[in-house]
Amino acid sequence: MSSVAVIDYGMGNLHSVAKALEKVGKDVTIHVTADAETILAADRVVLPGVGAMRDCMGEIVRLGLDKVIHEFVDSGKPLFGVCVGMQALLESSAENEGVRCLGILPGQVEYFGSDLTDMKTGDKLKIPHMGWNQVHQEIEHPMWDGIAQDARFYFVHSYYAQPANPDLIAASTNYGFPFTSAVSKDNVFAVQFHPEKSQHSGLDLYANFLKWDGKS
Amino acid sequence: MGLAKRIIPCLDVDNGRVVKGVQFVDIRDAGDPVEVARRYDEQGADEITFLDITASSDDRETMVHMVEDVASQVFIPLTVGGGIRKVEDIRVMLNAGADKVGINTAAVFNPEFVKEAAEKFGSQCIVVAIDAKKVSGEGEENRWEIFTHGGRKETGIDAIEWAIKMVDYGAGEILLTSMDRDGTKIGFDLELTRAISEAVNVPVIASGGVGELQHMVEGVTEGKADAVLAASIFHFGEHTIEEAKRKMASAGIEMRL
Repeated sequence: MSSVAVIDYGMGNLHSVAKALEKVGKDVTIHVTADAETILAADRVVLPGVGAMRDCMGEIVRLGLDKVIHEFVDSGKPLFGVCVGMQALLESSAENEGVRCLGILPGQVEYFGSDLTDMKTGDKLKIPHMGWNQVHQEIEHPMWDGIAQDARFYFVHSYYAQPANPDLIAASTNYGFPFTSAVSKDNVFAVQFHPEKSQHSGLDLYANFLKWDGKS
Repeated sequence: MGLAKRIIPCLDVDNGRVVKGVQFVDIRDAGDPVEVARRYDEQGADEITFLDITASSDDRETMVHMVEDVASQVFIPLTVGGGIRKVEDIRVMLNAGADKVGINTAAVFNPEFVKEAAEKFGSQCIVVAIDAKKVSGEGEENRWEIFTHGGRKETGIDAIEWAIKMVDYGAGEILLTSMDRDGTKIGFDLELTRAISEAVNVPVIASGGVGELQHMVEGVTEGKADAVLAASIFHFGEHTIEEAKRKMASAGIEMRL
């Protein structure tokens, strides 16, 4: 029986993440937890997150989870970052006048800007980027198994990750310009969208995570 | 290629049961929120909104359990509106599995509540519901004002100014209902929708007046809405969400099919 730890640092709704894992996971124990031992003992870890980066990183650090996450990543076991959980993996975010993040992946998190326009129509684009958009897979990866190229996933965010190295880009999405909607490095995979809110394709992604051995 | 416009079915819930007659021919219990939500999910709903119309606050607990049940089985975004008055109400709903909460009357009586909520939980989960009614006369420049209590109470607040203020306070989305059109089946108030959508930088959901699929097309093409909300057109099996999406896509609107 394998185990997944969903890291709970008190930010937002982990119910849906846990339920999605339950739905696709057979013989999987799911821990929603902030306990270092439980996290480090798990076979896999999901790092979720909603809300403001300053609050998220503040809680991660206050609970000592920054060290735990680093240690887990160093172990080589698979880690899946979701939404703010993806952004937190980078070095810093422009949100809340600048927040230092975990620095597991090189790069920054940037604001979409308030004067974003559609490339084709010239229409004003709203912030947050909210709704179902297409995810263009830039690499082959076990996490993309059985998921259609350009499948739609549910997004809600105003900031986006800008990895320092293009090799880290696992998928891109258009919103005024192409931005990085998934990143991958060794045993770390992370997405900007919410797979737990993305119906079949999202559940498939969680199912792939439960099968993934952490090797890309 | 890009962000799709959304279709959001809205369900009225009283004491944990779907009311206002949802009628699917092949559904066992049309009052069961899980069954109804699952059906809309299968049809391709992009989100689902539940409006809690429970009169007694003693029954709030029932709503929380309902949200938990639905969120365990339906993996698309869920919004809960109605009766959200305190920060604690929001926390309870988000923990139960809601992704967003709709704040209406409480915002009018205490705008600071929106600010507090957005700071605490993030703008992405704060939907401010605006019920607007046209107050300008024939030949005058268009003017709409905010009404509360299902359109019965006027506030004297200008709808466009109010929308801008709410976004400034942290609303991540506006659910805009035309009280003139609600229940009429003659289409959205497109001028109102467009005026609000162009005035704010967050997504606007058009609501009130859908009687046929073409109205949903117009809500996006003419009203510039980012999403359209409808109830009866789907509840009575007149049209499925899939039909609505195909109709909108054939009009050149980007949809998730």
